[in-house]
Amino acid sequence: MAELAIETHGLVKTYGETRAVDGIDLAIERGGVHGFLGPNGAGKTTAIRMLATLIRADAGTGTVLGYDIARQADEVRSRVSLTGQFASVDEDLTGRENLRLIAKLYGFGGAGATKRANELLEAFGLAEAGDRVVKKYSGGMRRRIDIAASIVVTPELLFLDEPTTGLDPRSRNEVWDIVRAMVDFGTTVMLTTQYLDEADQLADRISVIDTGKIIAEGTATELKASVGSGTLHVRVMDRDQRDNARSLLTRELDVPVDVTADPQALTAAIDDRGRVTRALTALDESGIGIAQFSLGQPSLDEVFLALTGHAADEPTTQEEDAA
Amino acid sequence: MSTEEAVAPVERAPQAHAIASALSSTERPARPSALSTSVTFGWRALLKIKHVPEQLFDVTVFPVIMTLLFTYLFGGAIAGSVSEYIAYIAPGVLVQSVLFITMYTGTTLRTDIDKGVFDRFRSLPIWRPSPLVGMLLGDAVRFIVAAIVTSIVCLLIGWRPGGGFVGVVLGVALLLVFAFSLGWIWTFLSLILRTPGAIMGVASFVLMPLLFGSNIFVDPSTMPGWLQAWVDVNPVSDLVTAVRALMNGTELGSELGITLLWSAVLVSVFGSLTMWKYRNPR
Repeated sequence: MAELAIETHGLVKTYGETRAVDGIDLAIERGGVHGFLGPNGAGKTTAIRMLATLIRADAGTGTVLGYDIARQADEVRSRVSLTGQFASVDEDLTGRENLRLIAKLYGFGGAGATKRANELLEAFGLAEAGDRVVKKYSGGMRRRIDIAASIVVTPELLFLDEPTTGLDPRSRNEVWDIVRAMVDFGTTVMLTTQYLDEADQLADRISVIDTGKIIAEGTATELKASVGSGTLHVRVMDRDQRDNARSLLTRELDVPVDVTADPQALTAAIDDRGRVTRALTALDESGIGIAQFSLGQPSLDEVFLALTGHAADEPTTQEEDAA
Repeated sequence: MSTEEAVAPVERAPQAHAIASALSSTERPARPSALSTSVTFGWRALLKIKHVPEQLFDVTVFPVIMTLLFTYLFGGAIAGSVSEYIAYIAPGVLVQSVLFITMYTGTTLRTDIDKGVFDRFRSLPIWRPSPLVGMLLGDAVRFIVAAIVTSIVCLLIGWRPGGGFVGVVLGVALLLVFAFSLGWIWTFLSLILRTPGAIMGVASFVLMPLLFGSNIFVDPSTMPGWLQAWVDVNPVSDLVTAVRALMNGTELGSELGITLLWSAVLVSVFGSLTMWKYRNPR
């Protein structure tokens, strides 16, 4: 199909004085994962809620899978699924009852609903937990039942709002595996996240959003390339030598060298890789021991810092309104 | 594939191939009717009662306390004896118990919305009011429980309704219609107020004059003029009069029609307001 998965022009949502979403233009192709990356309060959830037709835009237009989000909301709803930031299942009911409920609401009969619920519980590794109330599930199990509820009827587009926030590493990997399995199948996934490594791992293309505006868009590699050709990380043996090492590196590399929270570490965005070898040799010659060094592409953290002037994990003052 | 990892027996890892096969199920049943989805949501409310039976506390213990308290508190003073007063107050206490409980509809809805499950409901391609209608249908079951409990207590302390079983059932049916309609005020409140506590506060404020400024407990003829005027226009008075006539087997007046009219007005006004807020929340 030719039409885009998501297309918006100047989408705006204001809450009082706050422009939660401040004129967003998107053109997202079908297939794969599109990441929406930004700190808390950047407007990610608000944007997703408009696209999933939960709230109306104050200005601008948008189409999802070719249907207008304002005028053809029902068409949109029958093709997309939403897994919200907070568990969008009923925690007073069991996992099985939740899935049967959603199945019935999609028009399955009693037996059909039960069959579909069992199939999904099995696929998501929740068969044994199916008759326990969701309240008693672990964070990872909740996420899984939540995503399972979103695919009771296979959606063409799935919105995943911060699917791994608050999960332990193992559960997070499981959710990533689930997302990859869905993408392999052909479902388009729109994912919001405040974790840069998550966007790096999953998303084919990333929109970086900050204070309601999209400030950059591209593949992870493109975004990284926009910052510089790479980053040098150096850890000195002795923390007392860090200042010496810093001034030496600044001179040799001819770029600013930053200190990090780690009292032994230094980091610098570099343009010319050739200088790195010389700089490291210079460190060695002046007797500064190096515990560790690495030269790599910039992390998305650095990209975010470069794009916004503040780190990704420090929330902007703008309050995200979840309701 | 992650399935090869050693995992706890209860919690197994999800399986990519099984997820893919679950996704490939292209079954997409015909869109269910508005009635069907509403009933499904009513079923959800009943499942919640099954898992959290404490929810029935307010519809069982509360009516018993109210009935005993008011009957014995006012019985002697107003009608001379409890046995005379019971015929007057039993239908009134029934109405009071059920209407008082209706406000929990609002707090429950608010809690639901805060938990995020309503986001999923609102993102489904279904008749939009059905989660709310279903919730009120589920509540009707709670109201019926309250009505049965109250009736039994009244019967035990000497109530012998002249309208017989059929009269009592008809009275309860009328009460349920009104309670369902009143429920839309609470659903609206729960969409515009932020906390269950605030809803409770406003709902009590609305219910107080409706329930106590009525003919539930005493004949309004002894009241001062301004209060009589209020009692006369209070829809709960009409409801109580109609329920009383049905249950006690006395002649039914215009109050039945007035009550049904009020119910229709409540549904159309607060039902519309609720849906307007529900479609486009903050």
